Amino acid sequence: MSDPDTGPAGRSHGETAPLSAIRLNVNDQVRRLEVDPRTSLLDALREHLRLSGTKKGCDHGQCGACTVLVNGRRVNSCLSLAVMHEDDEIVTIEGLGDPDHLHPMQRAFVENDGFQCGYCTPGQICSAVGMLAEVAAGWPSHATTDVASPQMALTDEEIRERMSGNICRCAAYPNIVAAIRGTAEGGTQ
Amino acid sequence: MIGHAVDRVDGPLKATGRAAYAYEHWEAGRPLYGFIVGATIGKGRITRIDTEDAEGAPGVHLVMTHLNAPVQGPRDESVSFEYWRAQPELTGPDVHHYGEPVALVVAGTLEQARAAADLVEVEYSTGRGRFDFGEYEDDVYIPKVVNAGLPTDTEVGDFQAGFDNAEVKVDQHYTTPYEFSLPIEPNACLAEPRGEDLVVYVSSQIVNAARASVAATLRMNPERVHVVAPFVGGGFGSKLGIHSETILAALAARTLNRPVKVAMTRQQVFQLVGMRPISSQRVRLGAERDGRLTAIAHDVTMHTNPDIEYAEQTAATTRSLYAAPHRLTSHRLAALDLPRGTDVRAPGEAPGMLAVESAMDELADALGMDPVELRIRNEPTVDPERNVPYSDRHLVDCLREGARRFGWENRPATPASVREGRWLIGYGMSAAIRGHFQGPTAVRVRLEADGTAVVRTDMTDIGTGTYTILTQVAAEGLGLPLDRVRIELGLSDLPASWGSGGSWGATNSCTATHRACMALREKLLEAARGDARSPLHGLSPAEAVFSDGDVGIGGATETLGEIVARSHPEGLEAEGQVRYMGDEPNYSDYSINTYGAHFAEVGVDADTAEIRLRRMLGVFSVGRVFNPKTTRSQLIGGMVWGVGAALEEEAVVDPRSGAFVNRDLAGYLVPVHADITDVDAVVLDGYDDKANVLGAKGVGEVGICGAGASVVNAVFNATGVRVRDFPVTIEKVLPGLPPLDA
Repeated sequence: MSDPDTGPAGRSHGETAPLSAIRLNVNDQVRRLEVDPRTSLLDALREHLRLSGTKKGCDHGQCGACTVLVNGRRVNSCLSLAVMHEDDEIVTIEGLGDPDHLHPMQRAFVENDGFQCGYCTPGQICSAVGMLAEVAAGWPSHATTDVASPQMALTDEEIRERMSGNICRCAAYPNIVAAIRGTAEGGTQ
Repeated sequence: MIGHAVDRVDGPLKATGRAAYAYEHWEAGRPLYGFIVGATIGKGRITRIDTEDAEGAPGVHLVMTHLNAPVQGPRDESVSFEYWRAQPELTGPDVHHYGEPVALVVAGTLEQARAAADLVEVEYSTGRGRFDFGEYEDDVYIPKVVNAGLPTDTEVGDFQAGFDNAEVKVDQHYTTPYEFSLPIEPNACLAEPRGEDLVVYVSSQIVNAARASVAATLRMNPERVHVVAPFVGGGFGSKLGIHSETILAALAARTLNRPVKVAMTRQQVFQLVGMRPISSQRVRLGAERDGRLTAIAHDVTMHTNPDIEYAEQTAATTRSLYAAPHRLTSHRLAALDLPRGTDVRAPGEAPGMLAVESAMDELADALGMDPVELRIRNEPTVDPERNVPYSDRHLVDCLREGARRFGWENRPATPASVREGRWLIGYGMSAAIRGHFQGPTAVRVRLEADGTAVVRTDMTDIGTGTYTILTQVAAEGLGLPLDRVRIELGLSDLPASWGSGGSWGATNSCTATHRACMALREKLLEAARGDARSPLHGLSPAEAVFSDGDVGIGGATETLGEIVARSHPEGLEAEGQVRYMGDEPNYSDYSINTYGAHFAEVGVDADTAEIRLRRMLGVFSVGRVFNPKTTRSQLIGGMVWGVGAALEEEAVVDPRSGAFVNRDLAGYLVPVHADITDVDAVVLDGYDDKANVLGAKGVGEVGICGAGASVVNAVFNATGVRVRDFPVTIEKVLPGLPPLDA
């Protein structure tokens, strides 16, 4: 019997997988590493580069905790293999800011108490930064009332719809929306 | 400092990804990776397990099964609390529930371990399991006690006579599903052998329990187990105890003498951590025409695992909520071959109040009475079952203030009478109550010669704000600026606490911190007074003022740092303690609770029955508040859990295998951003002098208590459809929707 959680049985797992040499640009640094081709971008960041700010919450693209920016766009890093990102520019939560130099979105999350346990937080923040760029670029969402308008209003409904791929089990949602709204209105993007 | 809306002191670490959780520690160097292989049957026996292919797979160091696992300590029920007991794994060929670990594969990388896990061949002899609650809910037994040591059954007056004679009656059945805590950090552990010692980096709510449980299971001296849990990615009950990933990582690490880390997959969390039991609840309310209750009965049947009994205290809040002379509560268990039931946020209170506060809404409807007024009419003067006074009961204040702020007077008086476009609009409300608890906790505070303070305890911060509120309490206690207080948490070598759970963590650790600071003040004053070199020499300590890092008496001042540097250059320390509530007379002489009132507005799509929360307000009375910002966040978090229980959350068992079929975050729905609109929580000013010296009570769970009922009552008000089988989903509401354009 095959358990769907661990993948189909019968594949030939016994053979040694050759390592793949890849070059990633992570937080403005060129990082070269040799990874098992089965390694997700998430695990490459966490287990190889030890950038564990990017979190694993489900490993199935269902919770958003692993969200990073790849070439400026938000991506679930658990659903992407590291070897697919040769020379891509990746920004993780560590690249947005550090405790002494917070990114405006990070500061807004702290000031608005946009988290409790903090585990989904890096994904929420990276997602929020990517999301505001999507709005600025005029991408519509399910909540957009006038998709023809070149300048869409960033309503709370828009923020909530666009952030719904990032689950916060502590349910800091109202504070997260306030943090994103404050950052967007501060014009710091 | 206490009572100020201070930003989380650990906020910048968390917001920048620098806070290290259990799986993310690298002090031990590169670890080996473990992957759990779970049983693919729900009941039976392993007849053959072949690990040869897995052991030969690239990078594999160990495949541990029941055939080669080390002998472990047995689960010992003479240990008072479940979470301190041994939790042995891979103890034999019997399979007790679907997904139970049958092997751990340890390899050099996660990819290797996961691939090799697929190569473990297991053959089973499948037994006939009991999986379907509906089939067995009449085959029950009576537990000796329910969770938290509460009585299984209670009876006051003559319920049957009271109910029979009541002028207006409600007699309904409600069902609640299996629910999971599901913090976003899956259960994880990194175990690192250091000589005879074992360092255990684990996601745990109670460090002292984790140490005891690991030591008992591995048959080690607890002193040789060092638990490290500075950050915990949420718990909600699911990390009160340790689980299989911790024991398997620890066993493998000791076997291989290498660091080993194991995290559950999200799917494994559903099978291995335990869940809120499924429940079937009968609620009977009897009232006079004027709304006064004469009889209340709450009878609950739940599932339990056959080997590890867990009886959620689902009827417990019913014992203290409303006045009525004739009362009855009971809890019964039906044993099923499923994972063990366990504490999920507000155990008992959450599913129990969902049912009872729905029934109260049904009674208000039957009486034609405002649901707020109905509750006010049944406000008790003493705890009606314990017959002791309440310490600081402000339920009516919460109800009135909530109704005023929410605009309750605009509630549609008749169900299904207000429509805005395609939306049917309804208001609902409910009351909230939750017991407040206290448990043994020690905190050590040390003043350094540089005038900074360090607060040390094995208490955890699971998102509750412990780092922040202990900073505030110590700063106030010693008269120091916030930035001169440092907090160290989550290490088992620090003074032991009762950890984070039961909404007791904040008050336990803050009270102990406060006491340590008061003891430190005494020591400081003693040192200064007796020292001729101090400007405070010989002055009266009764007039001492601690402020901004100074001690002042009259016009004379000296800094804390100067006093310490001269008298105790190595630092000055004091410990504060909190006792078990059973040793505190107030906890037997008074009924000590937190209270709240929830108000919700929903829209229900007139065509599809899609339910959308439009806004929600909770007003709470929780004694004194340490930090309004973190308190509000926790209360809102609880309210959102109530929304989830009302509308979304439900784990479904496959009656053929006993597996949870929707065991991921796509199949088990939890509230997401789009589900949560305008939700706010307000706290009334308060101080409960019976709870503790700081006047504070817990806030982690009262937010969920009753919250779901306000939502489902709003659905009734919007549609006229009463759903008693939770969660309230589209297909249950749709058949009863009023005709369009009526």
